[in-house]
Amino acid sequence: MHMSDALLSPAVGGTFWAGSMGLIGYCAKKLKERMDERMIPLMGVLGAFIFAAQMINFTIPATGSSGHLGGGMILAALLGPYAAFIVIASVLTIQSLFFADGGILALGCNIWNLGVYPCFIAYPLIYKVIVRPGSGPKRLTAAAILSAVAGLQLGAFSVVLQTVLSGRSELPFGTFVYMMLPVHLAIGLVEGFVTAGVINFVKTARPEILESVSASKDLSPRYSLRNVLAVFLVLAVLTGGALSWFASSNPDGLEWSIEKVFGKPELPEAEHGISLLLSKVQNRTAFLPDYDFKNKNEAPADAESGGEWWPNIGEGTSVSGILGSAMVLGMIILLGMGIKVFRTRKA
Amino acid sequence: MLNFDKEFFNIGHLDALSYKKTFIHQINPGIKLVVTLFFIVTVVSFSKYDVRQLIPFFLFPVFVMSAGDIPAAVVLKKLLVVSPFVLFAGLFNPLFDTSTAYTVSGINVSRGWVSYISLIIKFILTISSAVLLIATTSFPGICYALEKMRVPRIFVMQLLFIYRYLFVLAEEAMRIVRARNMRTFGKQGSGIKPFINIVSIFLLRSIERSERIYHAICARGFDGRIRLLKNFSIGIPDVLFAVLSVSAFLMLRIYDVTELIGEAALKH
Amino acid sequence: MSHHIIEFNDVHFTYPDRTEALKGINFRITHGESVGIVGANGAGKSTLISHMNGYLLPERGNIIIGDLPLNRSTIHHARKSVGVVFQNPDDQLFMSTVFEDVAFGPLNLGMTKESVIEKVNDALTTVGCLHLKDKPPHHLSLGQKRAVSIAAVIAMQPDILVMDEPAASLDPKSRRQLINLLREFKHTKIIASHDLDLIMDVCERCLVISGGRVTADGPVKEIFMDAKLLADNNLELPLSLQRR
Repeated sequence: MHMSDALLSPAVGGTFWAGSMGLIGYCAKKLKERMDERMIPLMGVLGAFIFAAQMINFTIPATGSSGHLGGGMILAALLGPYAAFIVIASVLTIQSLFFADGGILALGCNIWNLGVYPCFIAYPLIYKVIVRPGSGPKRLTAAAILSAVAGLQLGAFSVVLQTVLSGRSELPFGTFVYMMLPVHLAIGLVEGFVTAGVINFVKTARPEILESVSASKDLSPRYSLRNVLAVFLVLAVLTGGALSWFASSNPDGLEWSIEKVFGKPELPEAEHGISLLLSKVQNRTAFLPDYDFKNKNEAPADAESGGEWWPNIGEGTSVSGILGSAMVLGMIILLGMGIKVFRTRKA
Repeated sequence: MLNFDKEFFNIGHLDALSYKKTFIHQINPGIKLVVTLFFIVTVVSFSKYDVRQLIPFFLFPVFVMSAGDIPAAVVLKKLLVVSPFVLFAGLFNPLFDTSTAYTVSGINVSRGWVSYISLIIKFILTISSAVLLIATTSFPGICYALEKMRVPRIFVMQLLFIYRYLFVLAEEAMRIVRARNMRTFGKQGSGIKPFINIVSIFLLRSIERSERIYHAICARGFDGRIRLLKNFSIGIPDVLFAVLSVSAFLMLRIYDVTELIGEAALKH
Repeated sequence: MSHHIIEFNDVHFTYPDRTEALKGINFRITHGESVGIVGANGAGKSTLISHMNGYLLPERGNIIIGDLPLNRSTIHHARKSVGVVFQNPDDQLFMSTVFEDVAFGPLNLGMTKESVIEKVNDALTTVGCLHLKDKPPHHLSLGQKRAVSIAAVIAMQPDILVMDEPAASLDPKSRRQLINLLREFKHTKIIASHDLDLIMDVCERCLVISGGRVTADGPVKEIFMDAKLLADNNLELPLSLQRR
């Protein structure tokens, strides 16, 4: 699931950009410290491999719909987390340009959602813990499926958070979570199954490739037990908070959300709870309100400190506004056509 | 044609466009990257109910498209294919946000519809500017610009490597997929088991390729570092382009140009 | 003394999977020679080439490049004096523009920027590809890719030029252009191929490899007339000789 520019506020987009770029720098430093020269072409080719492999479709069993590979866990298992993160980030960068997947501002979010969770949470905390040297294919399969599911769940949850924090979509948090997580549970299972198949295949055909990753300890982060516990604590709080929030506002679950979403367009009673909570949280959290962007150093938007949450739309201004919009649009189109004509004349 | 082939040729088309030689293509890649980013941030900085303030921003993509000689169809196609997610996520705005924003000749327009339209316009603006960036700038150019901006070398190399081998590997994948599809009947054979085999074999071949590449670059004195020679100079047209576009974006962000023009027109 | 010498003395090599690829290779190539290495698939040609610039080191026996025995400490010297053009140009051209790719080797040799630019332009002119210098490799035809990968190697000014199947899957016209180009080179040339017509056109001397050993070594014309020798090594008379 790719995040998109249009759904982001500059604050959220900028924060995740900074976070992802910082991590790229950190990983680059880690890799530089002790790098096997062979890794450079290997990483490059595997990036192109993931890109190309994602273009291959397959039929998902029992549903008839088609899916494709994500590949984050395969990369982590083959390259270790630092190199895998760099590869994932580079693949997403190229996709954001060539496929316009998401867009350039959303790139930070996408690198975060699809890179951080598989590389720095699922791989070290799940995959590495389950898979030991000499583990059999069953153990490996379990590890791959669990870590792929965890990575994708966290990623999907992150998409929801980013969308809700940006406040460009009215999609209620609870409904959104309820839609995203089950879908991504299914995707995660399939992804995990494919990951397991591929890793088992490589293990049989070229065992030394996987061994070289697990042997080079320098390429894997070492977590102390305390850090691990801290991460789990944060995750537990996040999930717990989300779940209780969701539970209190949506007592009747999916049926409720579908009926409300597609049936009655009016604001449902329970909705007030969510909006109220949301705006409370928004007021409390520093980077949430849309235009609190002045402190960010890259803020080009700080000229618009007059921007407001509720626009002031009067009857009179709306007419001139619509007229003006139409005229401006017309002028732009004329200009574009003019340049085109000029170009063809010249050529 | 198969899905895969279509996607493959689409990237190829964008890439081929980026080697044209118009005025836009010749602007320094780094400048174009920064200006595009600035454009996107400016656009998304508008509030969710701003619609008319966004209209003047079409100037930028339309200008780049026509001056860069990029067929409108290329951009439009991307917009249609890309991310139904935005359309979906935005669909909830009209459903949940029903208070009236405008009343135009007796019909109530809800805030939700206004914010949905705003969202779609933002989507069109941001995606088209990203597509136009890559259609008017050679990808290696963007990478050299990133390297100048102190993006870690290993990441830049990674981008260059992927760009180089993307086409080679995608062609290889295309051959494998064609071979599968020629022997696939209905759902038989397109399932997950053959897919795992295809991906695994493709992965092994890719790893072997990386070993051959390593062999070949060692033969030319590779020592773990890749040195780049390309030097992109910044000329007067580049500076002019940057200053003009950034000040235009800022002006359009601060002043409600559409409103002003509309009022002026009404007075007459 | 001459730097343009490459000498193999009883070279053995076995891959980690226990495939014995070289079982005692002996030969000596001197200044200005052009030598073809022919042999069937799996005869050991590629393994042999991997030894010439020290990508693989012999398990037994020794190799002399120029005046120095090849070992870990002289690998740099070997890679500077022996330029290898690999079979698949897509493996060799890894940078995203032709110019950057040809500049890769000279930059690694530590040349100054100006002389790198000069070397790159010279090399691209030699192979007739100067007009392609800003193109990405995936926009080139196979013949152009091959020419550029040769330029990438000659830009490093090696004493000895080694090529692995330089004409593989080229169309007739590109193949002819390549042959004309190779004939012009004054380098010591070593060309591994089973395209015997190409070897006939470009080389004077020929080594026949079979089962990891040199089974014949002599003037091309003599070896290629010997139908029995060729057949014993799973090779055929060159087409140009068959017609007569």
